[in-house]
Amino acid sequence: MGLLDIFKKIEPDKKKSPILHTLYDAAFTFAYSPDSVTDGGVHIRDGLDLKRMMIHVVLALQLCFLFGTYNIGHQHFVAGGEFLGFLEGFHLKLIHGLIQLVPIVLVTMIVGLGIEIIFAARKGHAVEEGFIVSGMLIPLIMPPDTPLWILAVSIAFAVIIGKEAFGGTGMNIWNVALLSRVFIFFAYPTTISGDQVWVSGYEGLAAGTQASYGWAHGLFNSLFEVMGVDQFDSARTAVVDGYSGATPLALAYSGGWEAVTEKFSVAQMWWGTIPGSIGETSKPFILIGALMLIVTKVASWRIMLSATIGAAVMALLLNAWGATPFMEVPWYYQFYMGSFFFAAAFMATDPVTASTTNTGKWIYGFLIGFIGMIVRVMNPAYPEGWMLAILFLNTFSALIDHYVLEANMKKRLQSA
Amino acid sequence: MLSTTLIIIGVILLLAVIMNVSDSLLQIEAKKSGIDIEQEDIGIIPNLSFDGGGKKPAFAAGGSYHKLKQGFDIKLAGEATHDVLSNQSSTFAIRPMDYRGIAPIPKLFVEVGQEVKAGEPLFFNKATPDIIYPAPVSGEVVEVRRGAKRAISDVVILADKKITYHTVTAPDLTKATREELVAFLMQSGVWPMINKRPFDVVPAQDEVPRDIFISTFDTAPLAPDTMILLAGKEKDFQAGVNVLSQLTEGSVHLGIQDIASSSWLSTVNNAEKHYFSGKHPTGNVGVQIHHINPIRSNDTVWTLGVQEVASIGSLFTKGYLDTSRKVALVGDEFQSTGYVETYLGANIGELVKGNLKSENTRIIAGDVLTGRKVNTEDFISATTDQITTVKEGDYNEFLGWLVPIAPRPSTSGTFPNFLFPKHKFIADTNTHGEQRAFVASGQYESVLPMDIYPTHLVKAILANDYERMEGLGINELSEEDIAICEFACVSKQPLQKILRQGLDMMREQL
Repeated sequence: MGLLDIFKKIEPDKKKSPILHTLYDAAFTFAYSPDSVTDGGVHIRDGLDLKRMMIHVVLALQLCFLFGTYNIGHQHFVAGGEFLGFLEGFHLKLIHGLIQLVPIVLVTMIVGLGIEIIFAARKGHAVEEGFIVSGMLIPLIMPPDTPLWILAVSIAFAVIIGKEAFGGTGMNIWNVALLSRVFIFFAYPTTISGDQVWVSGYEGLAAGTQASYGWAHGLFNSLFEVMGVDQFDSARTAVVDGYSGATPLALAYSGGWEAVTEKFSVAQMWWGTIPGSIGETSKPFILIGALMLIVTKVASWRIMLSATIGAAVMALLLNAWGATPFMEVPWYYQFYMGSFFFAAAFMATDPVTASTTNTGKWIYGFLIGFIGMIVRVMNPAYPEGWMLAILFLNTFSALIDHYVLEANMKKRLQSA
Repeated sequence: MLSTTLIIIGVILLLAVIMNVSDSLLQIEAKKSGIDIEQEDIGIIPNLSFDGGGKKPAFAAGGSYHKLKQGFDIKLAGEATHDVLSNQSSTFAIRPMDYRGIAPIPKLFVEVGQEVKAGEPLFFNKATPDIIYPAPVSGEVVEVRRGAKRAISDVVILADKKITYHTVTAPDLTKATREELVAFLMQSGVWPMINKRPFDVVPAQDEVPRDIFISTFDTAPLAPDTMILLAGKEKDFQAGVNVLSQLTEGSVHLGIQDIASSSWLSTVNNAEKHYFSGKHPTGNVGVQIHHINPIRSNDTVWTLGVQEVASIGSLFTKGYLDTSRKVALVGDEFQSTGYVETYLGANIGELVKGNLKSENTRIIAGDVLTGRKVNTEDFISATTDQITTVKEGDYNEFLGWLVPIAPRPSTSGTFPNFLFPKHKFIADTNTHGEQRAFVASGQYESVLPMDIYPTHLVKAILANDYERMEGLGINELSEEDIAICEFACVSKQPLQKILRQGLDMMREQL
């Protein structure tokens, strides 16, 4: 008996247990593409469906995931003064990263998909694929030390208020992943800003104490003991004494480009071995992902390009103004800091919340770059702007489309 | 850091200069050896030209030239060979449902058992008694099939071995008034072959179209070659164009494919020629109208297929209505593909008999995008010039959305198809996914070479917003034009059905 027969046998009753049936349906359509045939209209259909489209975004994110995991561990040990070389203590950094990241991914998926399934069952339709991408993006834009309960609350907010309230996938106005991030930003400001949230294991430690490890690290320690390799040892970590996990942006805000380069080299910022949100630090891996999205035509290159142009133009203007040290950071160095590439490649291009006309996409992308750079450089509370700029433009994307369409309609109705 | 950037920019500039110089050298060399550098793509820099911005090529000297950027060719296996297949149909039927806008139960002139000649009236629509719908062949009326609510679906004729024609005396084109000409066309039964846009209906008799458009090529998947369809009918076609040019205030516009520019089509008189290059749906008359002279509100234009033009012409060259048609049998499920010579309304079962590879096959009257699913009892539609077969796709595929086993056509780059631009796909009717909410990822716009926003238009239709529908260009569209968008749709939405709803709503408003 094949897997297909087993699937067909265990199908639960749709009326008696709708949630179970929705779960079944999601699992079944995951394992097998449906046997439905075209009926009326076109007789053959494109091989691409929403599932395949979404999974390509997830695939494009995988390098960021890999690097992000390792970088969590790397930053942790660098802060503790151990294993300063990038590849030193490889197994410890990887395991520490996984111990931090896996719970974040699990909580995101369980909370987000759980809500999706409940809503899908209530509405009696199949689980739509939108959350596959949101659920993969959310861990990458969180600081590694985000408390899991706050994460859960923010995801519930984003999915229920931001998406299901508008009618589910395809109907939401704001990018779901960013909505969860912005919820934390405004509701729990201390957990997502400041200097200490960007490095795991050091948050809230009083001066004079040392980072401590939990039971999961203990489990791996016994394994490492058997293997005879280095173990997690809090005694070896440096005593917390005014340690700063400041990101380049925070440094640039206070002291301009000199302050940044004192602590980080340009190469470090480019390759991403710096503190920051989990997936946003490594520029080459993000660019590879972006290239993949462009080649597969899953995301709009127009938005990515125009956002880059917008950010560059604003940075040039700020250079010309030059009122604060941050404004004087050369415009091309602005791209080395912060999460611009990640935001432009993966956040701004969400097809549901972006402008839907090609002309609109140029305007939308440009304004994201332009406004985001203003927020980054001029906002005293939080030196990064893409989250707010994208949500702002999400709000106005329909308006941009409106004017593009009006122009199109005017042409037609006027010449009548 | 800055110096590295400068070096990189310098290297890129240097490379560009080298490329440009060597490209020019190549072109000079090509000129010396007498190669036409306009036609052939000579040089190392690809010949980039943008919509309408390119230089007008020499072959388009006699008309306008349009190069369309957007579009998508679905390359399927099973193209028609040039063979003439021997299958013949013995029964023919006229289907009132093929003519949009007429009542479901037209008034019949004939009854079962009666003999008719080819060109003699079969029925008329009660609202327009002067427009008659003629018999395509001579023979005995053997059946009047009825569908739901007793609507007449087919009037079936068992054809004579030798077709006899109802002869007519055509008016002299140089002397006849437009009224006389219209009356003649209605009485001789060719009026219903004219299609009115917007809405795709049979035009009213007092209607004067702004222009008449004829597309002389079809870019749909596995479409037949117009040159073969019209072989031997060149004179009829010219005569048809002559008649049509008397019926419009404007002109008759012929859309000609770039590769057919040196054919006899370029020498047709009484018509303006427009040359097109591009992928499907460039061959659609709606797309061509959009680029030649778009339909604005209150405009009406007429469109005709090439074989219909030849039929109209036959009244003037031959003195009878010639409804002979060539139909292409295409698709990978046919054992042998090719053309059959038959008449309008032929029986499908007889044409495909003994030629199918398997039972689990869908037979389509028309192409895979816009055709009608038929069984062997059915008859081809009035404007059908191809019968396509395609495998049914009623199977579950393990992880089919992630790692598809068989190659399949797709507009997206998520399949490695773009590495094999010449591959011909064996498609099936599987939907490859479930219906979802609209996700506007730009795939419609990338395959529709018109200044129209299909996503927004479809949403306007679903919202019953008449002004918006009109403003966004519903009157310029017909189902065939957005069929390629429906193919490409990731959300698997029925766009053609929605568009027709919208067109019907607009028509009721009049």
